Amino acid sequence: MQFRTVIKGGLLAGLMALAMSGSALAVTLHSFNGGEPASLDPHRVSGDWENRIVGDYIEGLMTEDAHAEPIPGQASSYTVSDDGLVYTFTIRDDAVWSDGTPVTAQDFDFAFKRLFDPETAADYAYLQYPIKNAEAANAGDVPLDEVGIRVIDDKTIEFTLEAPAPYFLDALTHYTAYPVPRHVVEQHGSEWIRPENIVGNGAYQIVEWIPNSHIRAVKSETYYDAENVQIDEVVYYSMDDISAALARYRAGEFDILTDFPADQYQLLQDQYPGQAHVAPFLGLYYYVVNHNKEELADPNVRQALSMSINREIIGPDILGTGELPAYGWVPPGTANYDFDEYRPDWADLEYGERVAQAISLMEEAGYSASNRLNLQLKYNTNENHRRIAVAIAAMWEPLYVDVELFNSEVAVHYDALQNNDFDGVGRAGWLMDYNDAINMLELLRSDIGYNYGRYNNAEYDELLRESALITDMDARAEVLRQAEEIAMGETAGIPIYYYVSKNVVSPAISGYEDNAKDIHRTRWLSKSE
Amino acid sequence: MINYALRRVLSALPIMLIAITVCFVILRLAPGGPFDGERPLPPTVLQNVMAHYNLDKPLWEQYWIYLSGVLRGDLGPSMTSYDFSVSQLLAIGMPFTLMLGMTAFVFATAAGMLAGAVAAVYQNKWPDYLLVLAVMIGLIIPNFLMAALLQLAFGVHLKWLPAGGWPGFSIPHLILPVLVLSWPHAARISRLMRGSMIETLGTNYVRTARAKGLGSRLVLARHALKPALIPVVSYLGPGLSYLLTGSLVVENVFGLPGIGRYFVNAALNRDYGLVLGTTIFYVVLILILNLIVDLVYAWLDPKVRYR
Repeated sequence: MQFRTVIKGGLLAGLMALAMSGSALAVTLHSFNGGEPASLDPHRVSGDWENRIVGDYIEGLMTEDAHAEPIPGQASSYTVSDDGLVYTFTIRDDAVWSDGTPVTAQDFDFAFKRLFDPETAADYAYLQYPIKNAEAANAGDVPLDEVGIRVIDDKTIEFTLEAPAPYFLDALTHYTAYPVPRHVVEQHGSEWIRPENIVGNGAYQIVEWIPNSHIRAVKSETYYDAENVQIDEVVYYSMDDISAALARYRAGEFDILTDFPADQYQLLQDQYPGQAHVAPFLGLYYYVVNHNKEELADPNVRQALSMSINREIIGPDILGTGELPAYGWVPPGTANYDFDEYRPDWADLEYGERVAQAISLMEEAGYSASNRLNLQLKYNTNENHRRIAVAIAAMWEPLYVDVELFNSEVAVHYDALQNNDFDGVGRAGWLMDYNDAINMLELLRSDIGYNYGRYNNAEYDELLRESALITDMDARAEVLRQAEEIAMGETAGIPIYYYVSKNVVSPAISGYEDNAKDIHRTRWLSKSE
Repeated sequence: MINYALRRVLSALPIMLIAITVCFVILRLAPGGPFDGERPLPPTVLQNVMAHYNLDKPLWEQYWIYLSGVLRGDLGPSMTSYDFSVSQLLAIGMPFTLMLGMTAFVFATAAGMLAGAVAAVYQNKWPDYLLVLAVMIGLIIPNFLMAALLQLAFGVHLKWLPAGGWPGFSIPHLILPVLVLSWPHAARISRLMRGSMIETLGTNYVRTARAKGLGSRLVLARHALKPALIPVVSYLGPGLSYLLTGSLVVENVFGLPGIGRYFVNAALNRDYGLVLGTTIFYVVLILILNLIVDLVYAWLDPKVRYR
């Protein structure tokens, strides 16, 4: 018995020594990645925490550089037709799957058809709807063969679009446009994604997945740019508690945090100067106004509500991380949209003057101390949403507005918004799917489900339709800007702040570039011990 | 006694059925569904997804599909974790949760009983006061705060122990989670133990034993300990199920791969399959634990009779 214990102990010590010597040789990146991935299948995922992993092990025709700008990935080159409708890609000769099989045009064709197949039930299939017939095929109205994708030969693939979409190259960097290894998917079905079967074509290869703990990936030697990939191993940790994640960062267990608690920003700045990265991010935090509520159908009332919000204090004081005040609908830094962010005239007035004007607008609309406006303000349960709602309710108080705060968990909240079941104002946020203004502006199109407030302006809709047909980028931007001005001019919704990305990056990591899409592929990073 | 155990096992089946049914109905009554999130799905996609999970069928049919699946040992798909079925998720997380819960249980029970007995013997002397202090700390400080404090103290500042994570079986990684999980449990046990021990030490038969001239250790071990354990044992069953189901906070803070997190997160995400699966797992576990406690109780207390 004792002898056995000794043998066991010796074996264990040996194994540990082996493991330790292994880890000393390899450079491992420990990344706190947020939530548990729902899947590693690019057609089943929907979150940025999944994107970080999936985008490391699979690569599309286009990929992101260190600044998250689109650059050719699996494609070596591409051409665009003059009318902006036909894109032809040539796939790299050295593009191979991690099992050695070459990446072919057929893999992409297979992947896109799988994405649009109603059977796949891909959440984000709509991101590739610019492709001809994609939407109809996804709804099951036309056969998948009629989708505008054509395999010319093993290494050449052609896409035909519904209408010119200048953001199409950017959309191709998205995981919905990733190829899947046809030979593996056909062999294993939905099990292809299990660590024992999984095959990718990206810079890393998944080797281990412990649900609720971590996913481990190692550098892929078959990747065409493997010689420039510096980090040998990545561990993506899933944890819900970001304060605990910060503690583990401070204990030296993580190199990168993809989020941090806003109330710890000061501590980070004091004790870990330069390690907290706060950067503008393509997204908008806004209040939906229910246009079906009689009192809110009056644009002056909506404007008064918007004017009286003191946005300048929300970022620095309520949230503590300096989110940028938003007066317009399209975040700064949006591609193909070279304007200063939209600001109404009143935005430059002194705050006291703004409130005074807002009060007189309300008085003109017939409200007074004895005839008050009752509004419900719905938000999903979250400490920050609550603080903002409480502050805004107080800012509306002088406008003869009585606010009833109403919070519910996220599933219930969005269910209510979608069904237009809110008696006043509701909180919402939108992180852009691809870097183009149309992605934000569509939220106010009358025929789209995300238009929770049911804003309905025929002229606005017409401008968006028109923009889809214009190939000249500047002219298109002008039309989109015109639409934004119309919607904001009549306060279609109340923008509050533009999101920022919050990361913590250890000084040992280099190659990490803050960018508006908050995408940082591991292949661009390196780590000094 | 075997008859009794058998009857208890049989009566567990209708309890299971009731638990599944109630849970199924409550989940469907709750507003919102698994696919309502920050980013709701377009209607066509939503339709595809609902069909994929049979959610577009009438409720009774869904219930029947689920129940027949459970009878075949298939707990169905998870709606938030596409690459693993509910059975797979539970199978992966269960060993860890059981190991963590059992370790904490053994540690808490041993520490609590010992501390309670010592405090009873040294009633109103310094070991007793020390114990009261430890009990107070364990009961007053909520576990999420305790976890964060210990993590900061031992992981960040002193760097004696890892601040979290589970790289595979590792005792250092287990110390803080077990301590956080077992402290309140040990505190409750020690209080029960102290109280019942003091009571037992005052009984006539203990006085008689002492009067016979038996040494105080012998009196404690042979006459006082066993009867004093009865209230403690009746607490152990619920206590263990509390430890096994209450690992959510510890798993969250220390980033551990157990199933405690599913219980709450799945309910928030309306992951019907995973909520039901976790519920079934815990119902079975609690039924088994209660059975064990009842049997131990019978062994400890001759006054309890079973037909």
